[in-house]
Amino acid sequence: MSEMVKKATRDGFGDEIVELGRENRDILVVDVDIGKSCKTGAFRKELPGQYLNVGIAEQNAAGVAAGLATCGKIPFVVTYAAFGSMRMVEMIRQEACYPHLNVKLACSHGGVTPANDGASHQCIEDLGILSTIPNMTVIMPADYHAARRLVRAAAAWDGPVYLRFTRDAIPVIYDEGVEFEIGRANKLREGTDAAIIANGDTVCLALEAARELSNRGVSVRVLDMHTVKPLDTEAVAACVNDCGRIVTVEDHNIINGLGSAVCCVAAEMGKGIVKRVGIQDQFGQSAPYERLLAMNGITVENIVSSVLALGK
Amino acid sequence: MNEKLSIAQLKNTCVDLKKHVIDMIYKAQSGHPGGSLSVAEFVTACYFREMNVRPEEPRWPGRDRFVMSKGHVCPAQYAALAMRGYFPMEVLDTLRREGSPLQGHPDMKKCPGIDISTGSLGQGLACGVGMAIAAKLDGMDYRVFVAVGDGECNEGEIWEACGTAYKYKCDNLIVFADYNNLQLDGTCDEIMPPVDLAGKFRAFGFDVYEIDGNDMEEMVRALDLAVSVKNGRPKCIVGRTVKGKGVSYMENQVGWHGTAPNTEQYEQAMAELDTQYVEC
Repeated sequence: MSEMVKKATRDGFGDEIVELGRENRDILVVDVDIGKSCKTGAFRKELPGQYLNVGIAEQNAAGVAAGLATCGKIPFVVTYAAFGSMRMVEMIRQEACYPHLNVKLACSHGGVTPANDGASHQCIEDLGILSTIPNMTVIMPADYHAARRLVRAAAAWDGPVYLRFTRDAIPVIYDEGVEFEIGRANKLREGTDAAIIANGDTVCLALEAARELSNRGVSVRVLDMHTVKPLDTEAVAACVNDCGRIVTVEDHNIINGLGSAVCCVAAEMGKGIVKRVGIQDQFGQSAPYERLLAMNGITVENIVSSVLALGK
Repeated sequence: MNEKLSIAQLKNTCVDLKKHVIDMIYKAQSGHPGGSLSVAEFVTACYFREMNVRPEEPRWPGRDRFVMSKGHVCPAQYAALAMRGYFPMEVLDTLRREGSPLQGHPDMKKCPGIDISTGSLGQGLACGVGMAIAAKLDGMDYRVFVAVGDGECNEGEIWEACGTAYKYKCDNLIVFADYNNLQLDGTCDEIMPPVDLAGKFRAFGFDVYEIDGNDMEEMVRALDLAVSVKNGRPKCIVGRTVKGKGVSYMENQVGWHGTAPNTEQYEQAMAELDTQYVEC
């Protein structure tokens, strides 16, 4: 990571949504008075006819978006993960998921990335909550370029999608032209001794851990599991079959997140061993982002030791 | 064709609709008769006079939309849809049965003519506002008719949606507030006093029409006015209604919110409704 460039994935959303809006007049932004923070400023300025701001009223935003979607629009409701996944979740279930409408939730401030804001604004529950609802697709991009590609893929996807972005800048790990397919993991590194399956802001840590392990003679596969649902079960099964030992890493509660989803695949196969690295079922606090990760063992060192602890 | 129905014909159509409501709920032995009867005049006036729809083309983009935000009273809407020819009348007999398009609460994916799935109270109005905004964005002239309950107005999302309707100048949105003053657990005044329901909508920037919501003449007059005033303000018809209207033993009885009649009660209800037809 010597030449590391850092960008927040919310900026990837903000940049891509403008391009999408230019290309398709049915693409709308529905803001709830945190648009500046969620990077819809350029969209608002350039495409005012496709822009709504319904005030600090998330539940209503979800309903308005559903109504728009019934009329052929593709609304992106833009808010923070904590509010998009919890304040409006029943409206999303009833009015977007149940009727399978084209409502997209674009949520910044995922995981502990709104670090200094404290526990009220951090969100460690969302991927589990949204994954539980039928018809919902759940995505967390790993960097700026991934965010742009996956926002574009979400706009083209038939049905509701939950997208989760980082507030804070995270390393850029992909090249600009990288391809993404919803529901298909990106294999970032091949390996046979163990696999690290990560998503979002922890993918860069997984890559660094894999390099460290490689230096120690351990061959580690790394998957960017950007789509938590539908999970790429084939890619997980391949890790179970080829490597046997899996460490999952996520900026989300270890309950009901990526780690849990991977465990389900392994358990149903009756094979493999999985260790989950993630938020330890505890609320955060106002603190530096890296400190919050460290408090939960989401560090390169702990990922390395977790892999080694699984044995050879 | 809707414009040709006289008030008397609309009244009789409403009696037909109410009989279907009672029949459906009796056959299902499940459903919500009280609110279905209090909202019946609004539903009848919408589907048989005001609304521009094509039953043979339920998803016609230019259609007027109808949102039953108080989704539990969908038997009234199902009856109207069948009577307008969206699906065969026999389908009404399948209310709440396995595999039926007529779910316990409206499902837009299963039932032709349902513009949005509802059932969880407080949510339909926001969806209707979204539809009204979409019409404005697309330069289309369709209107959106939304029925909300007085109890449903306990939900904060209703008022969030009202704010949005005002901001986006949704004069193509016509809300009917079914003010029957009964909720599930008791009267509105006992459970959560509405205080001044019409005044609340007025305060949110709506043009408000206060009427007897079970009087077809007043309903038609209010609807005609509401759809004709293009002043940038959303409309709300606050209708004082009687829960269970038209069936004596159900009227103003909180117990008939979600109870199906037995055979004796069914026969009495149908007999009473039969006396309510007027000369045309």
